[in-house]
Amino acid sequence: MSSRDLILDRVRAALRDAPVVPDVPRDYRPAGTNKADLDVLVDRLVDYKAQVYRVTSAEVAATVAGLVGEGGAVLVPPGLPAPWRPEGAFADDGLTPDRIAAADAVLTAAAVAVAETGTIVLDASPDQGRRIITLLPDVHIIVLRPSQVVASVPDAIAHLDGTRPLTWISGPSATSDIELNRVEGVHGPRHLHVLLLTD
Amino acid sequence: MTTFLGMPATAPRGVGHLRGDQTFPRAAREALQNPQLRRNLRHATTTIRGKSGRVIAELPDWQHLRDAGSAIKADVMSRLPDLLVQLEEKVTAAGGVVHWAADANEANAIVTGLVKATGSERVIKVKSMATQEIGLNEALEAAGIAPVETDLAELIVQLGDDRPSHILVPAIHRNRSEIREIFLKAMPGVDPALTDDPPVLAAAARRYLRETFLSTTVAVSGANFAIADTGTLGVVESEGNGRMCLTLPDTLITVMGIEKVLPTWRDLEVFLQLLPRASTGERMNPYTTMWTGITPGDGPQSFHLVLLDNGRSAVLADPAGRSALHCIRCSACLNVCPVYERTGGHSYGSVYPGPIGAVLSPQLTGIADNASLPFASSLCGACFDACPVKIDIPSMLVHLRNQAPHPAAEKAAMVTAARIMDRPRLYASAQRAAKTARIAGRRGRGLPPPLSAWTAGRDLPEFPKQTFRDWWAQR
Amino acid sequence: MRIAFFATCLADTLFPEAAKATVRLLERLGHEVVFPFEQTCCGQMHINTGYQKEALPLVRRYASVFDPYDVIVVPSGSCAGSIRHQHTMVASAHGDAGLASRSASVAARTYELSELLVDVLEIEDVGAYYPHRVTYHPTCHSLRMTRVGDKPLRLLRRVRGIDLVELPEAEQCCGFGGTFAIKNAETSMAMLADKMTNIVSTGADLCTAGDSSCLMHIGGGLSRLRSGVRTVHLAEILASTESS
Repeated sequence: MSSRDLILDRVRAALRDAPVVPDVPRDYRPAGTNKADLDVLVDRLVDYKAQVYRVTSAEVAATVAGLVGEGGAVLVPPGLPAPWRPEGAFADDGLTPDRIAAADAVLTAAAVAVAETGTIVLDASPDQGRRIITLLPDVHIIVLRPSQVVASVPDAIAHLDGTRPLTWISGPSATSDIELNRVEGVHGPRHLHVLLLTD
Repeated sequence: MTTFLGMPATAPRGVGHLRGDQTFPRAAREALQNPQLRRNLRHATTTIRGKSGRVIAELPDWQHLRDAGSAIKADVMSRLPDLLVQLEEKVTAAGGVVHWAADANEANAIVTGLVKATGSERVIKVKSMATQEIGLNEALEAAGIAPVETDLAELIVQLGDDRPSHILVPAIHRNRSEIREIFLKAMPGVDPALTDDPPVLAAAARRYLRETFLSTTVAVSGANFAIADTGTLGVVESEGNGRMCLTLPDTLITVMGIEKVLPTWRDLEVFLQLLPRASTGERMNPYTTMWTGITPGDGPQSFHLVLLDNGRSAVLADPAGRSALHCIRCSACLNVCPVYERTGGHSYGSVYPGPIGAVLSPQLTGIADNASLPFASSLCGACFDACPVKIDIPSMLVHLRNQAPHPAAEKAAMVTAARIMDRPRLYASAQRAAKTARIAGRRGRGLPPPLSAWTAGRDLPEFPKQTFRDWWAQR
Repeated sequence: MRIAFFATCLADTLFPEAAKATVRLLERLGHEVVFPFEQTCCGQMHINTGYQKEALPLVRRYASVFDPYDVIVVPSGSCAGSIRHQHTMVASAHGDAGLASRSASVAARTYELSELLVDVLEIEDVGAYYPHRVTYHPTCHSLRMTRVGDKPLRLLRRVRGIDLVELPEAEQCCGFGGTFAIKNAETSMAMLADKMTNIVSTGADLCTAGDSSCLMHIGGGLSRLRSGVRTVHLAEILASTESS
């Protein structure tokens, strides 16, 4: 007997009493309950020690350049909208981890953001790129369109395709492992900047 | 004990970390004598209780989310075979390979074999309760493979040659200055000028592990959930070590208990709200990674999912105990438990400490191997109120106590007491006899064991001149 | 109202003042109290220590002794909790469906003292007078099993002359837990030590609660410490008047 069949047989035997389970009560606030509040999102992001800037699309490139400083190497995914791309930025075309890690910052779009929890989700679309590019650089800059902000976790789940590689980001890398106090900055990017578009 | 093929089986002895080598009261005695441990635990659990309480209070529908979470889990258990088969289909269709491990030995053999096949002599690990439970690190080491724990707390435990003492924060029993000592002693290449400032300690771990992340080709993870209708797996974390392990290597091996499956993608909208708030007391944890099989050009190109039984089918077989499998490993019950706060996690012997451990470990191993754990609770009920999926831990403790072997003298006394209490006239005589006996000396000092355990720190009440029923009879 | 009184084995044997106070209080409020002599113990100690089979006769006894009454009062949140949440379970687990349904019915008519006063008799000011500095410990089972909420405090706040002081970390367990206090004596004592520190920090002369069991544990510790703080059952405070 294979272990697969063994385990399935065991589980079926364990359920011989045929437990009857009532329908799942979903009385919590479902997707679509509330409209997204951008101020709440900003409040949550700031609470996580992320930096938030409200800029127009036309100001993205210059803002990024200002954040990275002169001569800073900015990595971008191949599908990033061209107007956002700061001068001198280099695109990921299958770069080695070392090249990615050497970037001073990575600039991406996002798939969706959750106001209530201050969470930004990347789904590896062309304007966000492979997961590795947002992981190794120490600074991650995310451009967020107001239309991408939803109110709650159920709204985000309804928006997302679960079969894409997803990264849910709530502030910079952090740990609570020392005396259960949150400390920012461990293995992921230690700095998270969010450019919230105003147009 | 004979087990029949196909019948629910408990986790085997001799492998893994579900059994302690002494009873809870004995182990707790040592912990209680360590004032530094008491201070560390009190500080940490008080902090987390406050944080968690504040973010839970923000959600107007917290109780509805708990109801939904509880019901989804009950639904999962009731049709677990179908969901597991569906998950297997979806993961396989997405390019993953699914393995089934009946117990710890089989899971360790599967993972070891997979790592060996890659040729790598080192694996990076994301914190995972399942791999702790089965003793995977020891199995890998025995096969000449070095497992590197990458979660900060796990790293502290590994470098300190210590044991984890908490589900979420395995080094909760260590404070910052102890962590600094451990790093200075055991972390290769550490800056000798290291301070005990938490950001400095975190930065030391970042530097130490960076090169390992970039140069290791195999990772081992657990999973917080697996979605049956999409084949999606998820790891909820904070530091980014999870992202590193789940993104950088060529091969990813995930070991997951069979109870972690969820039916639909939509169910995540419940658990992604419950888990972070109950666990670290955050609105959302810093990072969650979700993946479905393999994605060409992005992340590991070889993915293995090991589905683990190791006693779970035995837990499932008890209708009064099976909801212990609903646990989402948030550790809220540990953080509110007055017993855990004073004894720490090591006293429980198992990798699953605290209230959930006291009901889960004895069921996974069979009650005889963890007979003292169901009694490691004052039944105060704080765990039940804190549990985001509403596991009625106190009732389950009572249920397991009823199955536990009892000391012969205790049993004789309890049987006698029950007989007397079922005979009111005998009961009334016994009350009077107890009053007149007073053999114990002043306020009970000098009572024989086990009652001396009471009088070691507490006086007995003065016996009243008259029982209530005698007073009533005289009215 | 005719109220059946379940004194509990502990109050009957060791803390008759709490039981007498319950009777005096209810009679003062104009009710008739009945004490069925065939009562003994609710069986909670047996149930919670893993002796359900031995507890079964006690569960049956409670149901048959109190079935004739419409309202039953217990001066214990813990015993009330056991009657409400465990009796039916024990009966069902032993295949006695008839007893399970009778237990459920009697349990629904069983009230902890503060519940009886506030919910059934709809009274918060019982006319008590108690000129002492008092702190209230909400016992775990009254709080999380019987769920009396703030009813005891609402009653205490209306007591004349009382100086009611808040207990820090009030909702933390005192460490009693029945046979837990013996089986895990050191852990129990560590919990009690913190509870006593909090009690003493209030400067109260007395610590009150709705359970004689927890009070026996707390009082035993306070006595051993020679702290000068005494324990008193909630019923004794509510039964006190200016003339008593």
